[in-house]
Amino acid sequence: MSETRILQKASLDGLFAKLTAAGRRIVAPVRQSATALEQCHAERVEFEEVTTAQKIAADYIQTIRPPKGALFPRYEQMLRFKIGGKEVQAEEIKPEAKPTVLFGLHPCDAASFATLKAVFTWDSGDAYFEPKLAHTTVIGLSCTKGDAYCFCTSVGGGPGDTRGSDILLTPLDATKYLAEILTDKGKAVVALAPELFTPANGQAAPALAKIAPRFAADKLSAKLPALFPKGEIWLEQSLRCIGCGACAYVCPTCSCFDIQDERQRYSGVRLRCWDSCGFGLFTLHASGHNPRPKQSERWRQRVMHKFSYQPERLGVLGCVGCGRCSRSCPTDMNLAQHVQSLAEMPA
Amino acid sequence: MTTVATPGVSGGRNLYVPYRMRIAKVTDEAPGVRTFRLEFIDEEEGRRFSFKAGQFGEYSVYGEGESTFCIASSPTRKGYIECTFRQAGRVTSALADRDEGDIIGFRGPYGNTFPIEQWEGQKLLFIAGGIALPPMRCVIWNCLDLRDKYGDVTIIYGARTVADLVYKHELAEWGTRSDVKLFTTVDPGGQTPEWKGRVGFVPTILEQVAPAAKDTIAIVCGPPIMIKLTMPVLAKLGFTPEQIYTTLENRMKCGVGKCGRCNVGKVYVCKDGPVFTLAQLNQLPPEY
Repeated sequence: MSETRILQKASLDGLFAKLTAAGRRIVAPVRQSATALEQCHAERVEFEEVTTAQKIAADYIQTIRPPKGALFPRYEQMLRFKIGGKEVQAEEIKPEAKPTVLFGLHPCDAASFATLKAVFTWDSGDAYFEPKLAHTTVIGLSCTKGDAYCFCTSVGGGPGDTRGSDILLTPLDATKYLAEILTDKGKAVVALAPELFTPANGQAAPALAKIAPRFAADKLSAKLPALFPKGEIWLEQSLRCIGCGACAYVCPTCSCFDIQDERQRYSGVRLRCWDSCGFGLFTLHASGHNPRPKQSERWRQRVMHKFSYQPERLGVLGCVGCGRCSRSCPTDMNLAQHVQSLAEMPA
Repeated sequence: MTTVATPGVSGGRNLYVPYRMRIAKVTDEAPGVRTFRLEFIDEEEGRRFSFKAGQFGEYSVYGEGESTFCIASSPTRKGYIECTFRQAGRVTSALADRDEGDIIGFRGPYGNTFPIEQWEGQKLLFIAGGIALPPMRCVIWNCLDLRDKYGDVTIIYGARTVADLVYKHELAEWGTRSDVKLFTTVDPGGQTPEWKGRVGFVPTILEQVAPAAKDTIAIVCGPPIMIKLTMPVLAKLGFTPEQIYTTLENRMKCGVGKCGRCNVGKVYVCKDGPVFTLAQLNQLPPEY
């Protein structure tokens, strides 16, 4: 049973000071200075470490990069080795798991952690992912505005959805948030500064963003296996795809990775880094055989994996409707549009 | 107070940290193909390690990376594991440069197994092509070491040329055993003047020498083109999809169902495979 409190926006600095004093790192959305990227994105906001609330872009729609790097870094060292003749010493690099508060994640991003967790823990655990998850607290921020790319309400989410947040803040007016304290991790944050979370009595309903549903994810999942063999659909949808992988890198739930060694003469590291099923090399065998040689087959894999295989296998959708893949696509492919058209096709 | 297992760690180990293995023996099998016998440097790790026929692992040269191969030795042979690989890319080239006494990494065993207990009392028909004999060698020796439990054993093995046949000493041994029917073949043009085996493609030889399908399990492993042409022959001989087993070789990185590379349909080849019946493969998209 969640509790509801009021948190003044002016109190954020006080809260951050208490969190910092308690040894917590704070990561929040921050508006970035203008770059060439501004030309293709209406705004550029990214998650970065902060110590005060001043820099936070509390009115942002979406960051370009997802918050998944906090749990699953783009590049993470796993082993370190020394090579001297026949003697090789390999040493495990213990993952860094600093107690972290992710502040201001929108509900789509907060929900993405359930998908990541399902992948990294469904069978054996993961020594690099799990300690970070255990040390991460999510203070979510409901959406008061969205854009044409947002489709959370088609995939089980919503602008005020609480899933994945330990505390969810919803702007009530220019000065204060409604704070829903949802988990023990959330209570632990409140306990650091109980005086800042004041009783909520008879507040007006907050005005959330209006995101009209475009398709029903469960119906789509049921239909996809029958659409798999229809190669012409996938070809037509992916004709513009250049296989750059940007969609996977900005996706909050894409978790495919590569393991590579980097070596100097007598030392080196083994690392894992993000990868994408959209790359032709992803499945290429040493023999030259490739199970998915065409870009249309790789596009199909992306859609099938997110909307059919993961729901069936892991019980979670591989999409939270954040819209990043479509905002960042250099050829303007729109995942929601394509998936909606699949959902509307006769079964 | 409850005990919580360390996240991501099984048996006190981070699964991404390889075992340290010493190369105890090197055998050159064919041009570019070598077999390593590997022994655990940590004896305690070696004692705790066990695997079953069909499982695979990630073999690594530190500084170059990891590569996925089956365990090619039989679990009935204790104290070591063997792998056979063809030099093809960065990691296998570095592996090929190692020699006896060198240290490499291994993590595993991963994946499912051939259900050899279920096969007891049945005849076994092994069909292999080229570098695909290694995953089958594990099962062949496992069953030959438990010979009384199985009916007739037939092995059909083909390669492009005589030089490309792997495990030549073991082929000679199987050829002289009275309880094994061995048929070796090379592609037309791949024979030498001394070649005593057959000449022709594996599916053709299969049609000529296969045992009756009744009470027989067929285990097929080879390049995609061989598999594609062998399956119709088995069907013609009366084998049902449930009687036919194969092991898939999808590209992998993690080996434990996370990196996403070997995903085919709802299946992860590294977790649900690598061993599948043809009946199971028929349920999957053809992306292997």
